[in-house]
Amino acid sequence: MTERLSGGDMLIRALHDEGVEYIFGYPGGAALHIYDAIFRQQEIEHILVRHEQAATHMADGYARATGRPGVVLVTSGPGATNAITGIATAYMDSTPIVVISGQVPTDLIGTDAFQETDMVGISRPVVKHSFLVRAASEIPDVVKKAFYIAASGRPGPVVIDVPKDTTDPNERYEYNYPAEVSLRSYKPSSGGHVGQIRNAVRALSEARRPVIYTGGGVVQGEASAELVAVARKLGYPVTNTLMGLGAFPGDDPQFLGMLGMHGTYEANCAMHHADLIFAVGARFDDRVTNNPAKFCPEARIIHVDVDPASIAKIIDVDIPIVGHCKVVLAEILAVLETEIADTLDNADDVTAWWQRIDRWRAEHGLDHDQSERRGAGGSLLPQQVVQAVYRATGGDAYVTSDVGQHQMFAAQYYRFPEPRRWINSGGLGTMGFGFPAAMGVQFAFPDKTVVCITGEGSFMMNMQELSTCMQYSLPIKIINLNNQALGMVKQWQDMQYAGRHSQSTYRDALPDFSQMVASFGHVGIKVTTLEELNSVVPDIFGDRYRNDLVFLDAHIDPDEHVYPMSIKGGALKDMVLGKEEPT
Amino acid sequence: MRRIIAVLLENEAGALSRVVGLFAQRNYNIETLTVAPTEDPTLSRLTLTTEGDDGKIEQITKHLNRLIEVVRVFDLTEGDHLEREIMMIKVRADGATRAEVKRTTDIFRGQIVDVNQNTYTIQLVGPSGKLAAFIDALDRNQVVEVVRSGVSGIGRGDRILSL
Repeated sequence: MTERLSGGDMLIRALHDEGVEYIFGYPGGAALHIYDAIFRQQEIEHILVRHEQAATHMADGYARATGRPGVVLVTSGPGATNAITGIATAYMDSTPIVVISGQVPTDLIGTDAFQETDMVGISRPVVKHSFLVRAASEIPDVVKKAFYIAASGRPGPVVIDVPKDTTDPNERYEYNYPAEVSLRSYKPSSGGHVGQIRNAVRALSEARRPVIYTGGGVVQGEASAELVAVARKLGYPVTNTLMGLGAFPGDDPQFLGMLGMHGTYEANCAMHHADLIFAVGARFDDRVTNNPAKFCPEARIIHVDVDPASIAKIIDVDIPIVGHCKVVLAEILAVLETEIADTLDNADDVTAWWQRIDRWRAEHGLDHDQSERRGAGGSLLPQQVVQAVYRATGGDAYVTSDVGQHQMFAAQYYRFPEPRRWINSGGLGTMGFGFPAAMGVQFAFPDKTVVCITGEGSFMMNMQELSTCMQYSLPIKIINLNNQALGMVKQWQDMQYAGRHSQSTYRDALPDFSQMVASFGHVGIKVTTLEELNSVVPDIFGDRYRNDLVFLDAHIDPDEHVYPMSIKGGALKDMVLGKEEPT
Repeated sequence: MRRIIAVLLENEAGALSRVVGLFAQRNYNIETLTVAPTEDPTLSRLTLTTEGDDGKIEQITKHLNRLIEVVRVFDLTEGDHLEREIMMIKVRADGATRAEVKRTTDIFRGQIVDVNQNTYTIQLVGPSGKLAAFIDALDRNQVVEVVRSGVSGIGRGDRILSL
């Protein structure tokens, strides 16, 4: 005989049947039946956050690090609206999260009841899909569909809005969790079109100046091994987008670094002069293309993406392939291995192409030896801090970031060896993302080193979670690149507004971060010089602080800019390389 | 270029708002929109007209297809199709103009479906262009009220939109 459960119990049971380990959430009136169901079970651990936005970022960080959907539970009204920024963040970066929001009872919907907001309506533009539960009996089916939709195809956030009456503990229903789900209107594509794959292989084997350009789709699609195999077989240069870092080993000579607005000189020049772009799981974002009219003027373009709407959205494509990156890359590799000789006919051209790339790299590549450099007045440089963290962690950490200069320095100087290690808000650019995202990662991997590289501006957007870290003893390492300003805003004001720093500094209004984190029971360390930095960083990642949250407040040169930086309206090759050195 | 796009979608609460929301959020224009359940009550059929070049229409159809509740999308204007719209128009018809309005209505094969001392209400079916031509043929000062259904469309012959 099947069990009879209340709607609230069915919801939690369904999450358990879906394999959920953690719920990141915050209680409130409309969600109280659900919270009582959580209280009466042991299988799923609920993590009590201090702000609903942070709960969504934690679930998002968890999802990005593990590949499994993260789960959020909030109440109606302000609980739901506070979750919106995190939902939009997940939507823009296509990460699978399931957000369950309490809703006022069905008979009060539309009456402007206390803590009522139209969650399905307010979240609609930033979700992959959403459900409003109409009856308790449909809860298991809705949960099954929500997880399937969130994690399949191009992943994304799914909202389940649950009116309070559908979780009433006094009304019980037969509980059956569906084994599988089939939706006639949703069939995510898998393998690529066979003819197009042959066309792609032919174009790849005939290219003289090829570049492999890959994005977050390779990370999300677990296609890194296939990408590396294809790239090795071809021997072509590889560049990653901000979202794609780690898909190809960051310290590999075949890797050109990140491309785009703050991409490397060699990556951007190679893209601009290429005759073939092999784009995989990337979406030609405006932070990559710069001016689309001047983008890669000589290149034919192959574009592989699971989402047909990403293809030919910004840039016309010569060989579009709709399909899952992992499957399509494996299919391409199979054709390459059976039909292409060990030495490609274009080998001489590719050798010459590599020589050209190596010259670009030698002329203006990223300066990975900052040891002789000092900022103004002998101050610490942000690049040096990232590099010290890279050395101390052996490249083996999970690194999250917030948004701004520190994010770009981390992307440029921390060389990610594998996918899912670099977690940042690329699409929406959400300040306040990094710290809670790191918490989600640490819950997923309690024994791994998790670093949040942030700036004081971003950190202050969600620093209330220091309390959550205290409650759950999370040993995150926070690296705060403190320039006492909104650095990227200030940089743009330096470059485009004649140095008028409108609302981008707050030098005299910052807390003593070390004391502040200490008041939450954490360890705070302040450094202002390279010597201090080098003496404390190995300690931070050593045994001494293994179980502590450490906040490194690194006071850096406030005037440092991120370079290279693309010139607005130009082609990819048009970059400013330094304060004194425009191209 | 004007396009007529037909969409089959799940007949569920909220599905229509996703379609309309998509057009707003992606800055696409909707000129007309009609929707009603089909012979299969689990499905609604929606017809909308919009303006755009090939690239824009390709994006519109792709993004429509991306909506979970959208089952099929069909650009009717890609091939032979029928287009119909129904209009009810209330026209001042008194004295000398009464006969004139009746004659114009007959020329356009309209039907007068409601009459009182001062007005005729005329029903007219056809492609949107014919409806516009009828309004143009009337004296503007006579037109009291106009209601148009928006365009419905169907492919000719073997061009079929179904599950």
